[in-house]
Amino acid sequence: MGERAIAAEARDLTKDFDGKMAVDGVSLSVPEGSITGILGPNGAGKTTSIRMLLGIIDPTSGSRTLLGHDRPLEVARQVGYLPEERGLYPSMPAAEAIAFMGALRGLPIREGRRRALQLLKDAGHEDWAKKPIRTLSKGMAQTVQLLGTIIHEPRLIVLDEPFAGLDALNQQKLEQLIRDQSAAGVTVIFSTHVIAHAERLCERIAIIAEGRAVFEGDVDEARGKLRPIVHLRTRSESGPWQSAFPPSAKKVAGEWRFELPESGPEPLLKALIDGGAGIETLSIERPGLHDAFIAIAGEAAAREMGHVPAPEEAA
Amino acid sequence: MRLPETFRAAFVIARRDFTATVFSKTFLFFLLGPLFPLLLGVGMVGIGAQVDRNAKAPPVAVISSTEDFELLEAARERLSPLTSTEPLIELRYEAPEEDVAAQRNRLLSDNERPVFGVLDGGLSAPHLTGAVTRGGRTARQIGLFIDEARQIEVRPTVSGPPLRLTATTSTSGLEAFTRSMTARVGQTLLFVLTILLAGMLLSQLIEEKSSKVIEVLAAAVPVDAIFLGKLFAMLGMSLVGIGVWAMLGATVLNLLREGGLATLATPAVGWPAFLILVLVYFSMSYLLIGATFLGIGAQASTVREVQTLSMPVTMGQVVLFGFAAVGVGRPMSTEAIAAAIFPLSSPFAMIARAAEHSALWPHLLALLWQGLWVALILKMASAVFRRSVLKSGKSGRRWWQRKTA
Repeated sequence: MGERAIAAEARDLTKDFDGKMAVDGVSLSVPEGSITGILGPNGAGKTTSIRMLLGIIDPTSGSRTLLGHDRPLEVARQVGYLPEERGLYPSMPAAEAIAFMGALRGLPIREGRRRALQLLKDAGHEDWAKKPIRTLSKGMAQTVQLLGTIIHEPRLIVLDEPFAGLDALNQQKLEQLIRDQSAAGVTVIFSTHVIAHAERLCERIAIIAEGRAVFEGDVDEARGKLRPIVHLRTRSESGPWQSAFPPSAKKVAGEWRFELPESGPEPLLKALIDGGAGIETLSIERPGLHDAFIAIAGEAAAREMGHVPAPEEAA
Repeated sequence: MRLPETFRAAFVIARRDFTATVFSKTFLFFLLGPLFPLLLGVGMVGIGAQVDRNAKAPPVAVISSTEDFELLEAARERLSPLTSTEPLIELRYEAPEEDVAAQRNRLLSDNERPVFGVLDGGLSAPHLTGAVTRGGRTARQIGLFIDEARQIEVRPTVSGPPLRLTATTSTSGLEAFTRSMTARVGQTLLFVLTILLAGMLLSQLIEEKSSKVIEVLAAAVPVDAIFLGKLFAMLGMSLVGIGVWAMLGATVLNLLREGGLATLATPAVGWPAFLILVLVYFSMSYLLIGATFLGIGAQASTVREVQTLSMPVTMGQVVLFGFAAVGVGRPMSTEAIAAAIFPLSSPFAMIARAAEHSALWPHLLALLWQGLWVALILKMASAVFRRSVLKSGKSGRRWWQRKTA
């Protein structure tokens, strides 16, 4: 994290709903200007954690700081929020809805109307301005709400499942918008259950499973939880060189796969060459966030997110 | 969060709600709303009159001489203005036969020309037979007809000057009567409007909760501001409605009635003060009841839950209205003073007092008292709203779902 200031911080947040712990000790630290992803399956506690962080609901215990304030609503003017369940007034014209969201965050309504038209124009949707929300498609309405989230030029943007309901093209546009905001110095926090988005965008991630934060740190740190994977094909079927493999090594379709031993690649290579294994192909693959997520959150959580097939499906 | 920020945010929400409602097509229906009960009332009166005409009770057959029957008919005619609240018994002449007892029995069992009863014996020895009871409508009216007919028989004409009339614009009795009418109308108007608007406020909140807009609002502004914004938006909207209705009412009155507005009984405090007090007491009443309804609305998540919860509150309001209505016509009675002191009935009781009593200082006192309660109830309802609207606070469990320790 270096010397960067902290834009948002949660310390041991818990939330008890009707005796059920929806969130059970989530801690999170988001450096200013970073893009941080909150990963976890549905019902893991991502939305509740975000709501507590933003001050929409109070935690049962624990504390949070948003842009240096203990009371998040005091800095609401500097925060933009896109909730998971999008909420817009159906009869409101798109430009007015965007301006209204700005007005809620302290932007004068006239300035809001001007900026709303500009934002729609920049996004290539000038023709939506006077259309009531009810006449727009779900994806279009989501775009309108997203523009309403950034109209007041916030310092921190929190997006809850922002990619849900968007087609591939709009997902790409949203990724670009997040990058642009980050490049402009805005801190971005978003929750998702699609690891690919987090992998492409995030500098830091927090993994929440069953109401607990099971990991919080850099993406590289998460990947570092796993050893690199060795993929090896040899001309020789067997030999003493196999003693350099870890016990978990498996041969699948003629290819050896195993975690790179802690001693590193050199002793392995030496054993293969000296033992006459006859290397056909050898690659050492750095694990992706997907593998790291499975390792950290567990297969059950990954299965809920659709990243690992269920045992019966796999069979 | 500082107070001005809460008010600023409340203003943003109120402005949105106000413009969205007032500039919508449904607002026209809201404005037309009071027409429906009026039309319904006129329709019901018409139907009632028709039913009354069609459902006249069968007559009483009178077996008597033609002279006696004419005297009875004349008596009936003379008494008719005094019995406007109940229909007069119809009389049917039957010439006496030889065997009156047999004639009576035959008439009572005649299905072709049914009768309610049979009167025989003339004015000298009247005898009523039929489905009648002593003190019942038929027996009572027939008794009056006979007494009056006997008076006519004794003194058919009375000499002397006719009744001389001197019309004055007002009397103390008329003034008291019309003022109590104004008080009742004012109270009823206040009550109906408050309940109607508080109900609308509740529906709007439920709609907003279900459309998830509430989360966008709650993330941006304090929940207190959402609460105040919604409450005052509806108040503004209702004041627009009242203004429109008052203007339309005055126009219609001027068109339909000679003298127009000037013919209405002037309330004790005078029209300008009365109209201002109507608006102020309406606002107080609406804020008290609206705040209670919003607090309840936040607890509920479906329209059905709202109906379940709001019904006892509405019934409570009806009781309070009844409580305030008891004091009308007796502004210094214990009931009237008690209703004026009890915060939730105070606006109703005080508007009645404004119609009947000219002193203005009790209104100043009452408004300060009601203002204090508005602040208290707003604070309490806002806290309930804040805790329930997004399952915030220590527990998201609603009060009726909590187990007792």
